[in-house]
Amino acid sequence: MSDVSNLSNAQPLLDIRGLRKQYGPLEVLKGVDLSMQRGNVVTLIGSSGSGKTTLLRCVNMLEEFQGGQIVLDGESIGYEEVGGKRVRHPEKVIARHRAMTGMAFQQFNLFPHLTALQNVTLGLLKVKKLHKDEAVALAEKWLERVGLLERRDHFPGQLSGGQQQRVAIARAIAMNPSLMLFDEVTSALDPELVGEVLNVIKGLAEDGMTMLLVTHEMRFAFEVSDKIVFMNQGRIEEQGPPKELFERPQSPRLAEFLKNTRF
Amino acid sequence: MYESPSWLHELWVARDTLWAGFLTSVQCSLLAILLGTLIGLFAGLVLTYGRTWMRAPFRFYVDLIRGTPVFVLVLACFYMAPALGWQISAFQAGVLGLTLFCGSHVAEIVRGALQALPRGQMEASQAIGLTFFQALGYVLLPQALRQILPTWVNSSTEIVKASTLLSVIGVAELLLSTQQIIARTFMTLEFYLFAGFLFFIINYAIELLGRHIEKRVALP
Repeated sequence: MSDVSNLSNAQPLLDIRGLRKQYGPLEVLKGVDLSMQRGNVVTLIGSSGSGKTTLLRCVNMLEEFQGGQIVLDGESIGYEEVGGKRVRHPEKVIARHRAMTGMAFQQFNLFPHLTALQNVTLGLLKVKKLHKDEAVALAEKWLERVGLLERRDHFPGQLSGGQQQRVAIARAIAMNPSLMLFDEVTSALDPELVGEVLNVIKGLAEDGMTMLLVTHEMRFAFEVSDKIVFMNQGRIEEQGPPKELFERPQSPRLAEFLKNTRF
Repeated sequence: MYESPSWLHELWVARDTLWAGFLTSVQCSLLAILLGTLIGLFAGLVLTYGRTWMRAPFRFYVDLIRGTPVFVLVLACFYMAPALGWQISAFQAGVLGLTLFCGSHVAEIVRGALQALPRGQMEASQAIGLTFFQALGYVLLPQALRQILPTWVNSSTEIVKASTLLSVIGVAELLLSTQQIIARTFMTLEFYLFAGFLFFIINYAIELLGRHIEKRVALP
């Protein structure tokens, strides 16, 4: 997991500085700093409303943010400073930046009118502009990787929740993003389907994929992460390696959170 | 002794008039449905995704037209176009009225279907790097259009029925042609029934077409 990151510790892949986000008067992120090296797996934990998902969604501009900066692979995401003023990037640039990250959602969000294969090839054809044969080959490779090649011509409605989520992960990862975002990808699944999805993610982590996750699966977070970040009321309350954080929490809130969490 | 000619004989005599009326009805209906659908699609997109200043004129158009009887609309187009210095035929005025009517209805159907799509569909499209218009074209509209189909078929049959109002401004569509034949033959019931049957045929064809498309694009 972490041997890749040692090669490039000069510049972090993701560098978030002073991130602030408001919904009207409600401040949900109150100055968040977080940086990730290439090959890192970082998991955000915390109670609901602590800002984990919002933080994740800011990284690919599914949420606008009002302050701070997100730098991904040397590029400023969402906004740039022009003559001292903060200017939103044009849509085209934002679309390009979004393609640098892959995202898997809690509700899968597969395109119901396209087959599993077409779900994966859409981005390859229209964003990456690959030739049809290349796109299909790549999509098949990733569907095989998530164990669903034989379901390539099935529509999402014909797949189980776990299978849909695996197709959604294949769709995101086939785009070859430099960072994968996982937003509570197992929360909407029946308990017996959680394992198959977590195994796919674990496999990606072992391959050295850089990942930022939000999850309630603490055991999984413990096993897969290089760093765990505990968020509380829009701030990072505590962060560190999983073992340290889970066994010797410094902040009383984290201790309280872990006490109330099922492992 | 004089024997009055049979209905079938009169029908044969009137066949050209009826056929021409039938074609005119089909023509003005299809034109209005086609143009109205295009206008409605565009208006629906603006109403769903446009900024406030873009939405305002379309909101005004949709509310105004939907709040007006089609009959009044057709008369307004027929009398107002020349008053505004725009010389158009009765046929054109009629098609214009029906088109405006159709467009306002389709606009609301399209808006409703797009707004009913889960927000995650747009987000997932953007997350893989599709631009707004790509997301619209490849992800949102294909789903929305499937939703729209049954309601759109319904609106289209309404347009065909409303096309009979063009008889009032002198367009020799099926109803006016029928009335002219009745004025000559006095076979009121027979010819009105026959006209009703022909209108039914047009609408039934539209419904069959709609059902066929629905089946072809249905998702498993």
